[in-house]
Amino acid sequence: MAEPKNKYDRQLRIWGEQGQAALEKASICLLNCGPTGSEALKNLVLGGIGSVTIVDEFKVEMNDLGNNFLVDASSVGQSRAKCVCTFLQELNDAVKAKFIQESPERLLETNPSFFSQFTLIIATQLLEDSILKLDKICREGNVMLVIARSYGLTGIVRISVKEHTVIESKHEHFVEDLRFHNPWPELKQFAESIDLNVVDPVIHKHIPYAVILIKLVEKWKEMHDGHLPLTRKEKDEFKHLIKSLMLDIDEDNYKEAIRASFKVCPEGIGSDLSQILEDGSAEVDFGSSDFWVMVAALKEFIANEGEGEFPLEGSIPDMTSSTEYYVNLQKIYQAKAEVDFLAVEQRVRSILKRIGRDSDAISRADIKTFCRNSRKLAVRRYRSIEDEFKSPATLELQKNLNDEEYSYTFGFYVLLRAVDRFAANYNRFPGLFDRRVQYSLKSSEVADDVHRLNSIAVGILNNLGFKAKTLYEDLVSEMCRFGGAELHAVAAFVGGIASQEVIKLITKQFVPVSGTFIFDGIEHKSQVLPI
Amino acid sequence: MAAEAATTSIDEGLNEDGGRWKDLDKLILRPGTIVGDNFEPGPELKENLMKMVRVLVVGAGGLGCELLKDLALSGFLNLEVIDMDTIDVSNLNRQFLFRFGDVGKPKAEVAAKCVMERISGVNIVPHFCRIEDKDISFFDNFHIIVLGLDSIEARSYINAVACSYLEYDSDGNPSDGIKPMVDGGTEGFKGHARVIIPGLTPCFECNIWLFPPQVKFPLCTLAETPRTAAHCIEYAHLIKWGEALKRAELFGISGVTYSLTQGVVKNIVPAIASTNAIVSAACALEALKIMTDCSKTMSNYLMYNGTEGIHSKMTAFDRDKDCLVCGPGILIELDISVTLSKFIDLLGEHPKLLLSKPSITHRGNNLYMQAPPVLEEMTRSNLNLLLFDLIGKIPKDIIHATGTTSINGKRTSCLRKLRVIFKGTAEDVTDMDTMGAVYRFVDKDNPEFWGYPVPKF
Ligand SMILES: [Zn+2]
Repeated sequence: MAEPKNKYDRQLRIWGEQGQAALEKASICLLNCGPTGSEALKNLVLGGIGSVTIVDEFKVEMNDLGNNFLVDASSVGQSRAKCVCTFLQELNDAVKAKFIQESPERLLETNPSFFSQFTLIIATQLLEDSILKLDKICREGNVMLVIARSYGLTGIVRISVKEHTVIESKHEHFVEDLRFHNPWPELKQFAESIDLNVVDPVIHKHIPYAVILIKLVEKWKEMHDGHLPLTRKEKDEFKHLIKSLMLDIDEDNYKEAIRASFKVCPEGIGSDLSQILEDGSAEVDFGSSDFWVMVAALKEFIANEGEGEFPLEGSIPDMTSSTEYYVNLQKIYQAKAEVDFLAVEQRVRSILKRIGRDSDAISRADIKTFCRNSRKLAVRRYRSIEDEFKSPATLELQKNLNDEEYSYTFGFYVLLRAVDRFAANYNRFPGLFDRRVQYSLKSSEVADDVHRLNSIAVGILNNLGFKAKTLYEDLVSEMCRFGGAELHAVAAFVGGIASQEVIKLITKQFVPVSGTFIFDGIEHKSQVLPI
Repeated sequence: MAAEAATTSIDEGLNEDGGRWKDLDKLILRPGTIVGDNFEPGPELKENLMKMVRVLVVGAGGLGCELLKDLALSGFLNLEVIDMDTIDVSNLNRQFLFRFGDVGKPKAEVAAKCVMERISGVNIVPHFCRIEDKDISFFDNFHIIVLGLDSIEARSYINAVACSYLEYDSDGNPSDGIKPMVDGGTEGFKGHARVIIPGLTPCFECNIWLFPPQVKFPLCTLAETPRTAAHCIEYAHLIKWGEALKRAELFGISGVTYSLTQGVVKNIVPAIASTNAIVSAACALEALKIMTDCSKTMSNYLMYNGTEGIHSKMTAFDRDKDCLVCGPGILIELDISVTLSKFIDLLGEHPKLLLSKPSITHRGNNLYMQAPPVLEEMTRSNLNLLLFDLIGKIPKDIIHATGTTSINGKRTSCLRKLRVIFKGTAEDVTDMDTMGAVYRFVDKDNPEFWGYPVPKF
């Protein structure tokens, strides 16, 4: 009982000891420690990430005091990497925090192998050109990459990883696999041992709904040539059948049975899951990852012992019942889950042997976790940044362009790329002038920048395969107004999102975002665009 | 149009602040094309934001810490923060203004001190107490209230306070005293941020159904037919500490651990730094937009879920026209002969109020206060006086009552706005029953995906 009070208690409730251990093993490198990067790292350091290394070439200037919490007035003139590192270390002494005062761009040129020592790189405020180079290096070195950028009232978060596989996706809305339609012998026997027509009203109202449903599905099938209640009409009739057995309208177990009656028809597997089963990677060889070896075993199990079913998860939901009935039911489900697990384990071992690996290479615990989550597996694959730029997902993007509700996000996606091209051409961001200018919408300098930015953006649009002649003009003008500003609130939002995705990638729990997240700070209608 | 005409110098680095607010300046000094209706960029706006605007941050926990930082770095240099809690070890994974050495100290005080030390020029006044302990006039000082709370009751209370500043003209249109609120909440990877502009957008009470009731197990289940570890723990909590484990063994139930015990008993909500950061940032940005009009304000409820991918959904909820809190108030018709004491009894009997032990104020004057004892004594003599005389013989006016009422069997502090009309003194009233039900049932179709589900074990 007397476990120590733990400062990680509230997050352990989310990702458990295993997730925490993965975080504590990870080493993260942050490129540029402006507010976006500093905030992303702050969240990870608080959570107890293993080590962080900050790469940043700048000295702290006055404007850092206006948007970055990890510097203070005494930092001005000192290395920004050093100051941020010092304040980060204060947050959690369990984390190893280091810094390198160097420009990420130069490091990309002079020492590309530097990046391969890390688990994951968070690249913030990098321009297009550097991101392309970094992505190549990371992919070659098998280092995960998360890109984050804040710009005025917009921002972007994009993951670049060849393949990310998730066993513990922690789907929330998931119907348990309870097999009411197809009980195995032990479950069937248990249900048969209970009489629904029992006279004692106390016993009657404590028969768990699982038993009620198993018995009534059986009865239904007898009356309907072995078919399940599939149509709406049949489902209603089935509910009436349940209701007809109630002794009293207040019997909770029968009410629960009516509410759960939809569970008698198996859900069928989703398209994501069937794609995983059919994925080429499930044809395993020596180089296959543990995940795909287990998927291969899963396929064999379904085709053989499983008789078309996935391994049973073994847990049952809470339901009105006598303690005795409930505990027995629980034991029956757990026993079946154990049998299924042993069958999958045997298949994993023989596959490992067949592909020339040690047959014990995957632990029992891992196989068990896999079995318990086998209907919730997820795989994410991210195209390289180069591919995204060269052959954009035009068809999917087109849908977003026409979505009135989200008109700003697609515009921002194009404009975020356009400002980088602008910077490459003019050596400054649009709306940032090298001499004093009265910023008015009518001034020729501002109008010129809006015009230039628009032309660049239209060029990008055309490359994406859109025939548009112009973008939403007000948005282009806003982009010039932003003048490359990194606002703290936007940086904290974008950095927060980036840190969240880093946690998912490292713990291998929950499902990372599939596309490019575009932050719309004007209407807060952020959106994920397909890559 | 006003924005079009404005011209502003952007001489970054030449400002008196040494270019410190160079980034923020882009938004508040420069004219824009997608901005609020009353946006007037320029040094005056900046001066207002930094020197005049006073913000109240309610809560100095996971959200509160982030909010203080985000607001200060968004140019709000005059802040006050109120929180009744002290620092616990389990706060340290996200409440980044606190260190091990601070455990046991008041959150509000440590948070204020830490942010003031780090960000020069910001002034934060801490209040280590319950919000209900503050006199209503305390809230007069603030232009905007930002909420970082985990309690529905506290939200409800502060919402009523903010809405009490709202006045309606004789046509029932909101006219004066609008006190905007921004509210954030998180649980695990989920959260929400919303903007409440009383009288214009729905208040907390208008959409109370968004918050499902908390899980409670029936006592008979706990005592006679426990089935899960949570049942055993809840039972042990009710009956006797430390008995959970024994009871679980008796029934052959596994899974009773210390961490689960804490979770069930204290209804602990899982919390991580990233979600707090995301939700607070959204709230701070909206506060900046509301106070400066530098961009559009969100409309009006952002639901966030980062469990699977990143989902953020903006919903423009509608006001409940009959809302007890942000509506024109509950109409109460009285005889001139009603004493204050009789009036207080009436509030206890009124089926839609059921207010017990209410304190009564009229236009900031205390008519009768239940506490503290000094005030009670001072106002006691009013009880036998006629209410009509006490409010200056005005035929109809607004009166505020603060007391407790029972919501879902739980005693809750609340503040109610009452429209009092004296019979035979003013034009006759026809709309005797203008309010709808206070608490509605939870919308079953509202996907739990966005809401705050009951704790899972
Ligand atoms: Zn309302």
